[in-house]
Amino acid sequence: MTGEKQQGRQETAAPAIELKGISKAFGPVQANRDISLSVAKGTIHGIVGENGAGKSTLMSILYGFYKADAGEIYINGQRTPIPDSQAAIAAGIGMVFQHFKLVENFTVLENVVLGAEDGALLRPSLAKARKTLVQLAHEYELEVDPDAVIEELSVGHQQRVEILKALYRSADILILDEPTGVLTPSEADHLFRILKNLRAQGKTIILITHKLREIMEATDTVSVMRQGQMTATMKTRDTSPQKLAELMVGRKVLLRVDKKPAKPGKPVLRVENLRLTDSAGVERLKGISFEVRAGEILGIAGVAGNGQSELLDVLGGISPAEGRITLHDRPLPLAGRHANGQARRSDGIAHVPEDRQRLGLIMDFMAWENMCFGYHNDPKYNKGPLMMDNPAILDDTAEKMQRFDIRPPNPRLRAESFSGGNQQKLVLAREIERNPEVLLVGQPTRGVDIGAIEFIHQQIVALRDAGKAILLVSVELEEILSLTDRVAVMFDGRIMGERITSETDEKELGLMMAGVSGEAA
Amino acid sequence: MDITDIFLQLMLTADMTIRLSAVLTLACLAGLFSERAGIFDIGLEGKMLFSAFLSATVAYESGNVWLGVLAGIAGSMVFSLIHGLASITFRGNQLISGVALNFLASGLTVVVGNAWYHQGGRTPTLSGAARFHEITLPFADLLRDVPFLGPIYADVISGHKPIVYIAFAAVPLTWWILYRTRFGLRLRAVGENPESVDTAGISVVRLRFTAVMIAGVLCGIAGAYLSTSQAAGFGREMSAGRGYIALAALIFAKWRPFYALGATLLFGLLGAISNLYPNINVFGLFDIPVQFTQALPYILTVVILAGFVGKAVPPRAGGEPYVKER
Repeated sequence: MTGEKQQGRQETAAPAIELKGISKAFGPVQANRDISLSVAKGTIHGIVGENGAGKSTLMSILYGFYKADAGEIYINGQRTPIPDSQAAIAAGIGMVFQHFKLVENFTVLENVVLGAEDGALLRPSLAKARKTLVQLAHEYELEVDPDAVIEELSVGHQQRVEILKALYRSADILILDEPTGVLTPSEADHLFRILKNLRAQGKTIILITHKLREIMEATDTVSVMRQGQMTATMKTRDTSPQKLAELMVGRKVLLRVDKKPAKPGKPVLRVENLRLTDSAGVERLKGISFEVRAGEILGIAGVAGNGQSELLDVLGGISPAEGRITLHDRPLPLAGRHANGQARRSDGIAHVPEDRQRLGLIMDFMAWENMCFGYHNDPKYNKGPLMMDNPAILDDTAEKMQRFDIRPPNPRLRAESFSGGNQQKLVLAREIERNPEVLLVGQPTRGVDIGAIEFIHQQIVALRDAGKAILLVSVELEEILSLTDRVAVMFDGRIMGERITSETDEKELGLMMAGVSGEAA
Repeated sequence: MDITDIFLQLMLTADMTIRLSAVLTLACLAGLFSERAGIFDIGLEGKMLFSAFLSATVAYESGNVWLGVLAGIAGSMVFSLIHGLASITFRGNQLISGVALNFLASGLTVVVGNAWYHQGGRTPTLSGAARFHEITLPFADLLRDVPFLGPIYADVISGHKPIVYIAFAAVPLTWWILYRTRFGLRLRAVGENPESVDTAGISVVRLRFTAVMIAGVLCGIAGAYLSTSQAAGFGREMSAGRGYIALAALIFAKWRPFYALGATLLFGLLGAISNLYPNINVFGLFDIPVQFTQALPYILTVVILAGFVGKAVPPRAGGEPYVKER
């Protein structure tokens, strides 16, 4: 916690940011507990920690979104109270949020100017911003068309607009919250180049991420947060991903998934020429074909929004589509009243949806009620034709909660009162314990902490080893590479190519994710 | 009918259209300010009605129509304040708050009016300085003899009550505020994505309150027009659904000022047709009943609200109270 002294080359300069004894509670939850941190000027500082460790809260305090209950903030050695975002901006702090705060139907220029106008009339402000943007673009590789409308820009460009917004307000300290979650690998590389340019110009950068590889690659120093506390701060070159992971979770964890080579059997699920046009008339799936064999995990990689969600919805019986899918050579309906989630489940296709809070669970229902959805007509859960057998569902839920180590193990708690990881375990327990022929899983570890990720991966591998077919959709390349046996990459509603996971790498997949066809990559 | 006759009828219709549109234009712009900031305002109707009542009462008691207008604006702004408190400060449901205000206005005006004047909810007839009178634009009489353009200037454009000119001047002014000023940029932003405004260090609450209060001022003027210009005194339910028609026009106008002018003129035209030509004879075959022409504006409202006229994308954060996420 004495980053000041560790930075040998900057002994005299005051740290850009110094936090002393920051605490913040939300009701009974202590989100930040006596946090102290010092970041030297002109460095990139990483902050890692599990979901709910308090990283975002801490940064929100620094940006004036929340007021700390106790503690002091020093900027460049000056004590600086930050009661609101205006004060943070005035202190030279800029923030790039995980979910961009852009007005989607405004132009880049209007977004940059918003809140930083020079006078009551717009025209002079816009003219000045246009000039500054050209300059910034030149200086930091931040090229964006100033007159482009935000919603027509790619995610990577939208993120550049966020960075430009901060720089236009002459930020010297830039906070980035999970900036690479939505980027392709090459976009992420570009982002890190920008960050290094900024550092070279003397800017200070705080990078919040859960991807340890990025920490190792981009940062000078790193801090670890756990349960609201800052547990360690060190130089990046003195540590390793393994060590950081241990510090985050508080025990040894397996970063790699421990699995035996797959023994694929015959094809179970076959998908042929699947097409889907959404209500706005946009073709989301443009002829998707693949097969999943028994005893293997097929991964679908790709940047979010390239048709993966639609594919899962079609296979899970949620959206109608054209084409053909067969399960053990038996065709399944793709539209009409026989294509629904319950019918798919009774056919043996279980579905763990991407958005567990919207499609996987009903958040204000209790765990035991959630546990029977999709299987609610199972005679085991019913007494006669009208009545549900609630005690039976309760018992069943309690048993599953035990086996999946869901905490707290109380079936009568509402789904919303479980953590992200435990919510995901609830859905997984419901679907996996049915022993389905095919398991569809979307983003199984999104918003799930490292400890639970390990468990969830083990369960998926165990199902594979039991000879079942698994289709895994994930935007996390790391997850695809470590968990799957075969991988198909989706781009713009098409499959760009298929690879055996052990015979490919991030670079090749990254090219396909950016739209280069599999033969060329 | 010869050509002069047709010209005369057209002029008459245009004149009436302008008269009837003014209220709708003001109310529609009021809705525009509010909804562009992300606050649905179904209470335009109630604000107009309350303002109509107050301005008629104060104009009658003081004998000064301008005092009446000020009172109407003040009353309408009180309603806006309530709407703002309910939907911005306390993050309540904007539709329910608006509907409640409409009921309040409809009941309050009649009860109080009856208690004060014992005329079944009506206020006494206004005359003299307690009412607005037509103003003649400069050179109107001089230019009347210029062929074609002269009569249009003298009889259609000139000779309306002051609020009519205020209403039509408000359209370019609104456009200018919305697209050429800092306030306008922020207003449009807060209706699309309040988070972007908040993170830029601007107060969402203050911005939205300002917008809602502007809506109050415009509704106040609109209400005053009803009871001191269009009529000579307040009558129960005299707003007659114009607040809802203005909302339909706003959707039709895709929340844009000049489109709003066009949409409200169209509604005004339908109103003028039903006033001037109650019985339209179709090729001597049958008469279109007067009830049908009178219902036209309302029918158009239903058609617009049902989404039959193209896809209108409302401000994205419309109707959603802003809560800082954790």
